[in-house]
Amino acid sequence: MCIGFPGKIISIDKDNYAIIDISGTRREVCLDIIDEPADVGDYVISHAGYAIHKIDPATAKEKLDCLQEIIDNEIY
Amino acid sequence: MKFIDEYRDPDVVKALLRRIDAAAQKISRTVTIMEICGSHTYAIGRFGLRNLLPQNIRLISGPGCPVCVTSSRDVDIALYLAGLDHVVFATFGDMLRVPGTGGKSLQKKRAAGADVRVVSSADECIALALNDPQKEIIMMGIGFETTAPTIAAVIASCRKKDIRNFSVFSVHKIVPPAINTLLTDPLLNIDGFLCPGHVSTMIGAAAYQMIPDSGRAAVITGFEPVDILEGVWMLLKQIDSGRMEVAIQYSRGVKPEGNMRAMNLLHSVFETNDAEWRGLGTIPASGLALRGDFESFDTLNKFSLPDIKSGDISGCGCGDILRGIKLPGDCPLFKKVCTPVNPIGPCMVSSEGTCSTYYKYY
Ligand code: SF4
Repeated sequence: MCIGFPGKIISIDKDNYAIIDISGTRREVCLDIIDEPADVGDYVISHAGYAIHKIDPATAKEKLDCLQEIIDNEIY
Repeated sequence: MKFIDEYRDPDVVKALLRRIDAAAQKISRTVTIMEICGSHTYAIGRFGLRNLLPQNIRLISGPGCPVCVTSSRDVDIALYLAGLDHVVFATFGDMLRVPGTGGKSLQKKRAAGADVRVVSSADECIALALNDPQKEIIMMGIGFETTAPTIAAVIASCRKKDIRNFSVFSVHKIVPPAINTLLTDPLLNIDGFLCPGHVSTMIGAAAYQMIPDSGRAAVITGFEPVDILEGVWMLLKQIDSGRMEVAIQYSRGVKPEGNMRAMNLLHSVFETNDAEWRGLGTIPASGLALRGDFESFDTLNKFSLPDIKSGDISGCGCGDILRGIKLPGDCPLFKKVCTPVNPIGPCMVSSEGTCSTYYKYY
């Protein structure tokens, strides 16, 4: 049930519905219950037709840096 | 693919596996980890992660597939409602083939003439209601804290638009009370939990505090291979050090406080009630029923039910599988009689069901 792929907001209409792009596939999602206000260009995670979370790029980058460190600091 | 490929990077996967190996060797005893979310079960199967882990790390699946934990009685009620005249019964697709007592399903009902519609988002019900004012649109409200707010949003929106031919048959369930039941199950000895990613997006981290309080490890984890392996590694570190907490691996999808806007909406429309889970029995305050304020949107308030006699599907071990005390291979029907084409129990029907995942990937 969880389609967890992040999508990028392409447009938002007057009824608070957004078109998001998930690696080439477009879907419409409602923004009524998202945790933070989102704009065109933002990445959101959605579930069953509703965006539920706006991804904070800084948090995402921090995680990726952390993972990179795991490789860089290999001592085995 | 932004935020996807990075979490499938083979080099990171290999590095994490080496860390997990080292941590597992240090702990040396068998460690049992339960993934509570059906999407985790599916991802672990799909990416073949179980076989990559050291021998002493045991991954077991829990009650995280909403369709699978729906009781036979609730399936039977859905079948009754779908068969009523002037009713359009809307449901998410997963529910369609779940058999009720006696083997009937919504799909079979539909073939026999019932108006059953599959929706991918609950808000499609608004158009159904507006297009067919003579009919009553019933949405089967199924799912955990991720889905329930979407149903709450539709109910709120129907109230605003004064739509009166729409109601919800709510069999929603919430996750923390089920975890409490698992923590006290004498047959289960779980060292750590991979907590569900998107349920946590909604409820946040504090909702799982009872896990570390009972001396077990907890990590909220995402759905890609790197997410799951890092989640396992983080669990092992907690178990090894004895310092238990609710950690968030899936930080790009979960804020510690959750999605308060969605949770406030959920609580304004729903209140908790005692709910029956397949396999786990009745768990106090683990279901979501519509508040009195919204009773005009409550299917069970609009329609009276006849006496429905429900029973478990004979021979199906889904109940024990959902509790994590049996594996699909322990069921004599698995792969022989029960297959995805001819499913006997809900765990084989849903793509996230443990039996279906094991059928495909093991
Ligand atoms: S294999 Fe089929 S019958 Fe056996 S437990 Fe799984 S779903 Fe039930």
